[in-house]
This record gives sequence, C-alpha cells and structure tokens, in this order.
Amino acid sequence: MHEWALAESVIKAAVEHAGAEKIKTLKEAGVVFGELQALDKEIFIFALEELRKQFPGAKACRFRIIKEPAAFLCKACSHKFLLKGLEKTMDEAEFIHFVPEMAHTFLKCPKCKSPDFEIAAGRGVSISYIKGAK
Amino acid sequence: MKIDPRPSVIEERLKNVKRIIAVTGWKGGIGKSVTACSLALLLAKKGYRTGLFDLDFAGASDHIILGSKNIFPGEKKGLEPPVLAGVKFMSVVFFSENKAVPLRGANVSDAIIELLAITQWGELDFLVLDMPPGINDAALDVMRFARRAEVLAVTTPSVIARSVLDRSLLLYRSLKAPVLGVVVNMARGAASKGSSARLRLDPGLEAALGRPAALLKTAFCRDLSGALEILKLK
Repeated sequence: MHEWALAESVIKAAVEHAGAEKIKTLKEAGVVFGELQALDKEIFIFALEELRKQFPGAKACRFRIIKEPAAFLCKACSHKFLLKGLEKTMDEAEFIHFVPEMAHTFLKCPKCKSPDFEIAAGRGVSISYIKGAK
Repeated sequence: MKIDPRPSVIEERLKNVKRIIAVTGWKGGIGKSVTACSLALLLAKKGYRTGLFDLDFAGASDHIILGSKNIFPGEKKGLEPPVLAGVKFMSVVFFSENKAVPLRGANVSDAIIELLAITQWGELDFLVLDMPPGINDAALDVMRFARRAEVLAVTTPSVIARSVLDRSLLLYRSLKAPVLGVVVNMARGAASKGSSARLRLDPGLEAALGRPAALLKTAFCRDLSGALEILKLK
C-alpha cells in the first residue's frame, strides 16, 4: 500500500501546481505510471478517491492514468533495451517496486551485463499535464 | 510538462519529527555511521522517540552496526520503518538484499527522494540522518528537503580531515544550516580547537558492532553520551 503515499504526493502536487498556474478548478490531471515501478492501479485510484476528500481543490479532478513503458540506455555499451525479457525474481521485482533505482542492483544490460545504465523512460510516477478553469 | 510529485509530501512526512540531526563527515572512515547509530541508540535509551535513516546508499553500514537481521519495513499508507533496539530504522539495504547499489549521483538523489516521500516516520523526538559522504547532489537534496536539519559534523584529529571539515562548515553556513557542533572521533590527545566534543579512540568498539546493548557500554558511547549536553541534544 505504499501506492497511498505516492497518490498523496500526486494529488498534493497537482493542487499546488494548479494554484501556481492560477487554476481555480482542477478538472483533469495526467498521471504517468512508469512500467519499472509497477504500481497497483486499483489501489492507487482507490487512494486518490479517498484523499480527494482532504483536498477540496481536486474534488472534481479526473486523474487519467497513462502507462509508460520502461526503457534503458546502457552507459557502458550504449545498447538500448526494454524491461520486457530482463530476468528478475519476485523479491527483486518487489524491491524495484519500492525503490526503482534498485534496478541497478538487480538488472543488467542484456548485451554487456553492466549495471551502469540510464533509466531513460518509465521509472515511476509523474504528472504529465493538468487542466482546469482559471 | 513533467512534474515530480514526490517532493510535495516530504515535508508532510517529517512534520511530526521535532528535531532532525544530520550527522555528516566529508571524509571516509572517520566514524560518521558509528556516531549516527550510537547517537540514535543513546537518544532512544534516554526515552526519546528516535528514528535513524541511513542515507549513505553506496556504503550503507548502519544495519551492520545495529545488527539488523530479518526485519523489513511494514506497509500501511507508505513504508513504516521497523524498530530495532528502540530506534525506527530505514535503510536502502532493505531493498538491496545487501548487494552493491551501483548508483550515479542523480540516481542516489532519486532513491533518497523516493524513500523520503514514502516513509511514514510518525511522531519522533529525533530523526538522525546518516548523511551521504561528501557534498554532492544527494547530500544537497537532503539539506533541501529536510530544511530543519541541524548538522552534527564528525571529523578525526587528522589535518586532512580537519581541512575538509572546515570547508564543509563554510558550506553549511552558506546553506544556513545550524551546526550543533564538531565531534572529533578517534581522539588521542587534548581537545582540538573548534571542536565541541572528543570521542577517544576505543579499541573495544569493533567487537561491539552489531550488538546495540554492547555498543552502548563502550567508551565511545560513554564519550558521546557525555557530549550530548554540549551538543544541545538533551
């Protein structure tokens, strides 16, 4: 249920950003789910619905979940690769779920086996847009 | 647009922590982690609600000093640090299976922000941060997000360590971070100028590592305990 903590960050950041943009009524926010972190969408949405009560500015906001595939770039050999096909145990996947940077401990570049790669896309949660009335 | 939402809740996670003590030392091997762990154990022993966060991801060692075995954070609206010897303890080793964590600076920073955002510390009198060594983006991020952090600097009698320490103190001053004091570890002679406390070189310290009760009985801990008042940690 650490999705709850991240959902709280999303709703709080969206409301704060709307305030900074002088948006009075937040109508929609795009929430990017990075494939690497593998958040549970149902729990996340449930948390958002519950947290909405504490944030009047997000009362009418629709949170649209956008899934982003994870992509990596090896710093050692410049090979570009995807998460699909990389081997990891269930425990390792769980650790990456909590802290996506643990990918560097458990995953390797499939070409040169280096752990020194960049997470180019699909790391974790972010907000890609907000819409509302000024 | 790409907004990282995690920083928005870090202040919320730390709002019920009365004091945050950042134990820093810019040189390796000067006893920063042993000081941070011992400080947390001493404060907990005195009845303070205490947390310890090992932020030295590359060289995480607080779990060894505390003898952490078979514990893992609980999960309830975030991660709840397990309690070890009376101290709420969080470390990257819970997620690394004690394997190497080969992270570049920006990745360390990202991982620290993640753990700051999802860790529910609850009510604490003290949160002791075992800071990343040196000053880099990760260390700067910690000072940025834990704005109320008070710095406890650790050094050794070496002129090299002292020189590095002086530079670090200048930086903390420019960051407007309050400095509680300077602890000189592995001290042999008289107190050095500018130090708040000296922790004598303790041959019995190594054997006590991994056993909190034994650690609290060492001369090192006795010296640190004696310094708490001058460091305004009482």
